[in-house]
Amino acid sequence: MKDLSRHINMRWLKPPIFLACLLPLAHLVWMGFHDELGANPVEYITHSTGTWALVGLCVTLSMTPLRRILKQNWLIRFRRMFGLFAFFYACLHFTTWVWIYSGFDIHAMIADVYKRPFITMGFTAFVLLIPLAITSTSGMIRRLGGRRWNMLHRLIYISVCAGVIHYLWLVKSDKTIPLRFAAVVAVLLGYRVIHYALQRREQAAAAAKKGARESVYTA
Amino acid sequence: MTFVGLLTAIDRERFRVLTSEGVTEASMLIKKPSDIPYSEITPKSVYMNRRKFLAGVAAATGAATLGARPVSDWLEPRYVLADEAKLGPLVKSPFSTTEPPTPLKDVSTYNNYYEFGTDKSDPARNATKFVTAPWSVTVEGEVNKPRKFDLEELRKLAPLEERIYRHRCVEAWSIVVPWIGYSFSALAKEVDPKPTAKFVAFQSYYDLKQMPLGPRAGIELPYVEGLRLDEAMNPLALLTFGMFGETLPNQDGAPVRMVLPWKYGFKSVKSLVRIRFVKDMPPTTWNIANAHEYGFYSNVNPQVDHPRWSQATERRLDGSFFGKRIKTLMFNGYGDQVASMYNGMDLRKYY
Repeated sequence: MKDLSRHINMRWLKPPIFLACLLPLAHLVWMGFHDELGANPVEYITHSTGTWALVGLCVTLSMTPLRRILKQNWLIRFRRMFGLFAFFYACLHFTTWVWIYSGFDIHAMIADVYKRPFITMGFTAFVLLIPLAITSTSGMIRRLGGRRWNMLHRLIYISVCAGVIHYLWLVKSDKTIPLRFAAVVAVLLGYRVIHYALQRREQAAAAAKKGARESVYTA
Repeated sequence: MTFVGLLTAIDRERFRVLTSEGVTEASMLIKKPSDIPYSEITPKSVYMNRRKFLAGVAAATGAATLGARPVSDWLEPRYVLADEAKLGPLVKSPFSTTEPPTPLKDVSTYNNYYEFGTDKSDPARNATKFVTAPWSVTVEGEVNKPRKFDLEELRKLAPLEERIYRHRCVEAWSIVVPWIGYSFSALAKEVDPKPTAKFVAFQSYYDLKQMPLGPRAGIELPYVEGLRLDEAMNPLALLTFGMFGETLPNQDGAPVRMVLPWKYGFKSVKSLVRIRFVKDMPPTTWNIANAHEYGFYSNVNPQVDHPRWSQATERRLDGSFFGKRIKTLMFNGYGDQVASMYNGMDLRKYY
């Protein structure tokens, strides 16, 4: 596929994508005003924001594979926005827990994180996203240096796994949806493993070739 | 003119039953909701018109806020119930709580009925075509007079009572429901249990044709539950045919179910088809699915946490936006009636 950014100015795409990312929140607010959040609105909001945080992380993680497979380098420019939206929904999700479930009771929260494995996982997933959000600015990338920044941002792999485990551990019996997330994450992370392995092999092959050529010369 | 003023001006008489937060001032003028028999509740055509009018008023005054959910809440069934669905006359029960019932709309759209889908909103959507007539319940096992009852026979076995019970889900939310039925012991007397009967096993209806989502529930179906004989004979154990003055909506376990207010909700089987009096402790669905999390007894107990969450408090779904977080009571507040059955038992062990 040809690089679409040659034909379209990708700058125009940012505002509509930004607004699209706000749709889940807008929908929640709309439902709230129209009494459609059901008998337990708090639970609905918690589940919805948690789900969208996971979706956001998956979309963020799909930018690199899509960029490579479709050869659309411009996609990488949207990665930060998706990542920050994932963090935004994770913040809303976290807030429902802090505010509504724990009632700002720090002791109850600490006890929850310590005692309840599914909350431990969710908490881990959220906390790991904080440094990523803080270091998401161009200034921070420059200050950290690309290599270190890349290393740090691999935390998203752990965060998304923790997020999916959090979901798997909290459902009572029907694991269909968390397992779907697990499958998507497995594909997204599996792609990276395979890509890495292939790259290593290519490098090794290149090195071997080079070595062979050198040995010819020395012979 | 204020919103509340408008409301009262429209028809003071009709608004006796409003309970929503938005109209607390109005409700001071009026009777408590629990004083009003459901038969006196406004006919659907009237409140539908009122709804339209109110919608206009709300839009005009901008009165709709997140905090105040639309008025007339719990008398607004999303599901139209035919007149013949009315059950009555009803005997009042001393077991009833004076707490305000959860809106009918919430009780009938927020359900755990995994045969019809695992999302709380699934059963209300997927059970609309569930066939509940004809219906019969087989009562058998260690009894002298085993029998198959038609639903009509069963319903006439004893006078129907209205019992407003607290209903506490193992997921830490609770509702208040005006159920209609009679004590299970009345049915037991009819079949005359033998001295060898020590437990009672209950089984729900299950039919893949009508419940195609069943295999995805993640629990073994048909749904089975059980009680010790003395628990089943406790007067609180209610064989239930209706709620809010009418027959049960499908998603709430039509046409007949158990209600055991001192136990977590999942003990109260829905859509009953088989009752067996047995010698040994019968298997129960959630215990089969996860014995570590769900015991045979499953009495409401704030001191024994679910392994994954606390049971110390619960969210009372009362029609308000956030609900109320309240302390969970031992045996869901029914200790006076049931605690003696568990004397000397370690309730941590027998959770």
